[in-house]
Amino acid sequence: MGGTLNLIGAGLIVIGGGIGLGQIGSKAMEGIARQPEAAGKIQTAMIIIGALLEGLAFGALILGK
Amino acid sequence: MNKNYSILTKKTTAKKVCSFDLLCTFAQILESTNSLLSKDIMIAKKSITFIAVLVLALVSFKSFAGDEGHHDKGNTIDTPKEIKEYIGHHLKDAHDFHLFSDNASGKHYGFPLPVIVWTSKGLKTFMSSAFHHDDAGHIVVEKGDVKLTKVHSKIYELDAGATTVNFDAHHHPTNAHKVLDFSITKSVFGMLLAGLLMLLGFTALARGYKKGKKIPTGFGRVLEPLVIYVRDDIARPNIGEKKYRKFMGFLLTVFFFIWILNLLGLTPLGFNVTGQIAVTACLAIFTVIIYLFSGSKDFWAHTLWMPGVPVVLRPILAVIELIGFVLIKPFSLLVRLFANMTAGHFVVMSLIALMITLKEAFGPVGSTGMSLVLALFISVIEILVAFLQAFIFTMLSSLFIGMAVEEHDHH
Repeated sequence: MGGTLNLIGAGLIVIGGGIGLGQIGSKAMEGIARQPEAAGKIQTAMIIIGALLEGLAFGALILGK
Repeated sequence: MNKNYSILTKKTTAKKVCSFDLLCTFAQILESTNSLLSKDIMIAKKSITFIAVLVLALVSFKSFAGDEGHHDKGNTIDTPKEIKEYIGHHLKDAHDFHLFSDNASGKHYGFPLPVIVWTSKGLKTFMSSAFHHDDAGHIVVEKGDVKLTKVHSKIYELDAGATTVNFDAHHHPTNAHKVLDFSITKSVFGMLLAGLLMLLGFTALARGYKKGKKIPTGFGRVLEPLVIYVRDDIARPNIGEKKYRKFMGFLLTVFFFIWILNLLGLTPLGFNVTGQIAVTACLAIFTVIIYLFSGSKDFWAHTLWMPGVPVVLRPILAVIELIGFVLIKPFSLLVRLFANMTAGHFVVMSLIALMITLKEAFGPVGSTGMSLVLALFISVIEILVAFLQAFIFTMLSSLFIGMAVEEHDHH
């Protein structure tokens, strides 16, 4: 039972992370499309936020293991 | 030669306005390596000799004569469980490089590494070939008056009087204890190799600058744009124009250390150094020590006694901020790198193993083709991830350092 619950939890984490990454990506692309000259800055900020989100998701995965 | 120079300098100036900095740096690396190989024959010759020497040094295989008694099962890997075990074994650190095994004769091929252990009878050193690639405590090595054995990549010293290892239900040795292990393991070897490569590359670059050359030659051409990238796009905007210089040494070292080790992990030698949690934890601890000790007055004031907030809330905020800076930020740094590299290795090896697991469903040709295509695809992505993780670690380190050294204007 514990193993199955762990797997369900991992799936939930991935769903949450996926939603978050999708939001970041879509907003960044909108921003770049509106203001192509700011693409560099937007991209850097996007990667940082993505990394923070990833850290959160990985932390949860490791703790849940 | 001159043409090369002009192309490179144009690239570096063009980079400033280039929006996709990451891609640009990649393009630059490709460009500079291409020009190295095609136009600069001298350097191409040199690098070919270097590669030849490296290959020669690495190819000096040493076979570990297997112990017949324990290989009657054979080392073939057929079932998903065995594959999982094999991958788990690969992700861990090891005392030798294991390349392949010959099942018929029970021999293992690879090269041994020195084992340096501090036992109850003092320091003992020997080559790991003495263990014959045994990892289950079957082979007992006698060195003077101590008996040593290896179980799950950990070296144990047998208690006095014992000749074989006994295990309890959880497969922990009952009549042996761990020793202090200072061995040059695979990971240590990888770190030393990365250090050596950095030393060679950057001293060559520095020597070129010392001679007054404006543009580096050789491998320095790959390194210079990356150094400038770390300085102009990572350190300067995050730490600030006034203070970034002090931290460049650390940021550059961490960036190239992680990048080289990540790339080494993609070679068939099977390094998984940045996938060892101890290594990433040490790197994160370096960052923490640096930003805690270089924190400005404003940083500590804002962390411990936040101005502009009701006094009741200030202690609560101080606790949250302190936990954030001392525990959560380094934890996320170390877990990100560790989990990314471990997951990457796991995915690549699982896809390679597809040729075994899907053999019955798709036939040998179909499953091998599938695993080849998918593994190639993921490996290419892993090259990008290798760079991206080095970039993100450096970026977040400089972000945290920037938070700590920032001085606020008081209005």
